[in-house]
Amino acid sequence: MRRFALIALPYGWLLALFLVPFLIVLKISLSDTALAIPPYTPTLDLSEGWAGIKAFLSALDFENFTFLTTDDLYWKAYLSSLQIALVSTVLTLMVGYPIAYGMANAPDHWRPTLMMLVILPFWTSFLIRVYSWMGILSTEGYLNQFLLWLGVISTPLTILNTPTAVYIGIVYTYLPFMILPIYSALDRMDDSLLEAAEDLGCSRLSAFWLITVPLSKNGIIAGCFLVFIPTIGEFVIPSLLGGSQTLMIGKVLWEEFFNNRDWPVASAVAVVLLLILIVPIVLFQINQQKQREAEE
Amino acid sequence: MGQTVFEPWNDPEAKPLIQFKGVTKRFGDFTAIDNLTFDIYEREFFALLGPSGCGKTTMMRMLAGFEKPTEGKILLGGQDIAPIPPNKRAVNMMFQSYALFPHLSVWDNIAFGLRRDRMSKDAIAARVEEMLKLTRLTQFARRKPHQISGGQRQRVALARSLAKAPKLLLLDEPMGALDAKLRTATQFELMDIQEKTGTTFVIVTHDQEEAMTVASRVAVMDNGRIIQADTPARIYESPNSVYVADFIGEVTIISGTARRSGAGYEIAYAEGVPPLHAESETHFDTGEPCHLALRPEKVAISAEKPSERRNTVKGRIIDIAYLGNLSTYHVEIEGGRMVKAQTANTRRLSRRDFTWEDTVWLSWSDTAAVMLKD
Repeated sequence: MRRFALIALPYGWLLALFLVPFLIVLKISLSDTALAIPPYTPTLDLSEGWAGIKAFLSALDFENFTFLTTDDLYWKAYLSSLQIALVSTVLTLMVGYPIAYGMANAPDHWRPTLMMLVILPFWTSFLIRVYSWMGILSTEGYLNQFLLWLGVISTPLTILNTPTAVYIGIVYTYLPFMILPIYSALDRMDDSLLEAAEDLGCSRLSAFWLITVPLSKNGIIAGCFLVFIPTIGEFVIPSLLGGSQTLMIGKVLWEEFFNNRDWPVASAVAVVLLLILIVPIVLFQINQQKQREAEE
Repeated sequence: MGQTVFEPWNDPEAKPLIQFKGVTKRFGDFTAIDNLTFDIYEREFFALLGPSGCGKTTMMRMLAGFEKPTEGKILLGGQDIAPIPPNKRAVNMMFQSYALFPHLSVWDNIAFGLRRDRMSKDAIAARVEEMLKLTRLTQFARRKPHQISGGQRQRVALARSLAKAPKLLLLDEPMGALDAKLRTATQFELMDIQEKTGTTFVIVTHDQEEAMTVASRVAVMDNGRIIQADTPARIYESPNSVYVADFIGEVTIISGTARRSGAGYEIAYAEGVPPLHAESETHFDTGEPCHLALRPEKVAISAEKPSERRNTVKGRIIDIAYLGNLSTYHVEIEGGRMVKAQTANTRRLSRRDFTWEDTVWLSWSDTAAVMLKD
């Protein structure tokens, strides 16, 4: 009984904060749009009893999901989101791995400071940090001013409102999620393994590829998922930095909700997004599980 | 004459495999190795023995190539190895932590070094199988390091470091992580493998029993210096200093002044008691301070004063250390000094002759104790 009480807490939490909202969104996605508050029908009216529930259920249909397949905007947005998430993940890995490697090999007394520097951006508002990138990347921004001053370029570069700006924003925002799991994997590694590899005839570089990379594999996988999963549904970065050129499903979702006030279609978009995300989330969980087993 | 004794260090013709020539290693202002000159010969099983921080690990790491000498030269087969990086040296090392690659199977761990040499697939497979057989690991070839026991891991580490048939194998505390029983078995196994492969082994250890068991020569180190490098028997029987005598095994050190007398010396160690007698090949001037190193097993203990020996002292048993096969008696002799005497427990404990507070006589022959300079 006590055991049940103990697990009831996390499950209750999950039920209240994930499952119930999801069921509400699912219900809305099966409804029809209406000029009302809330802007959809049917709404459940319990005063009519059993007949009311029956009427309510019969009014639900998959119309909105069929609609998603008729307009190519949606599948293009999904695809483009996947592509942007994939490219961003690779870019974040390429930037994050050397940083994590540097941290893991830094002198002991430096590590807390370096760790602090990685976490520090979380202490200011995410929105403010993205806005500040607008100031850096715009045509009159600091980056262009700096490059013009250096004489590297003669006319300002257009970076803001292009996919490049989105990639910069995503890499910047999600970098800590890549660095931390890789750092923790590298930090656990026994340095004598590299000496042993060298002793057995490896060059420093081949020891890195044959020993360091495989041993940080789980950290790399965890980091990639931690970047990939939230990036697919990312809304703030593409809408602030990407301008109208960047098509991402998060933005579409927002527009359906707030510009078109079409809650049922927006909910359908959200449900499909969640279904798409289930695959990488499950893969991520499997990886974490494997890692835990390997450590035992 | 029978079998020739393996003693290349006594043969002026023998060419050493490794030569340390005035090697000094400093880390900042700490001197880890202090102007070291000595040789290690081919097929030797050479043990570096000393307390932690004495520089033995630094010496090993210099041989492996992970550290470079600050001054002096290390020659391997007559060639200076300072410019050769660790991955190009014909030297392999077995790490204290074993440093097995956790993501590779036992088979792949052993094959790791061979693959770096771009050997053919068949040659690698043949060599790995040979190593597996040598270390009795054939049935564990497909397992990962975390799926085998500590003793098996130790053998994988050995097999991996031997696979490339190095000229010199370095072993850093190879038995450190094994329990006492397994350690003894592994020591003999290690000697066996060393003999079979004919590889020169240099082992670092702080366990003197281990060093004495496996090594052809033991170098006792302290503060970056080799105090004495000799066969285990000579290290034990004729230590060259109080430090070595004290470090290896149990010993009683009696300090006094020497005076020539007949074939040996008389050592006066306390007022009002007759002097002790000892023989020595080293010369002592009359009145020169000296130390007598006396092994407990060479001291006889008896209830009556023995008549046949000159070195007899009366004392009282203060402590008895019962070790099962042996008992060590701590006897306070006249003048307040403690002397250790050891006897084999050939009889049951209940029939022991002496007990606490008993007055006993200790005696030893003139050749039992070693006279050491200050």
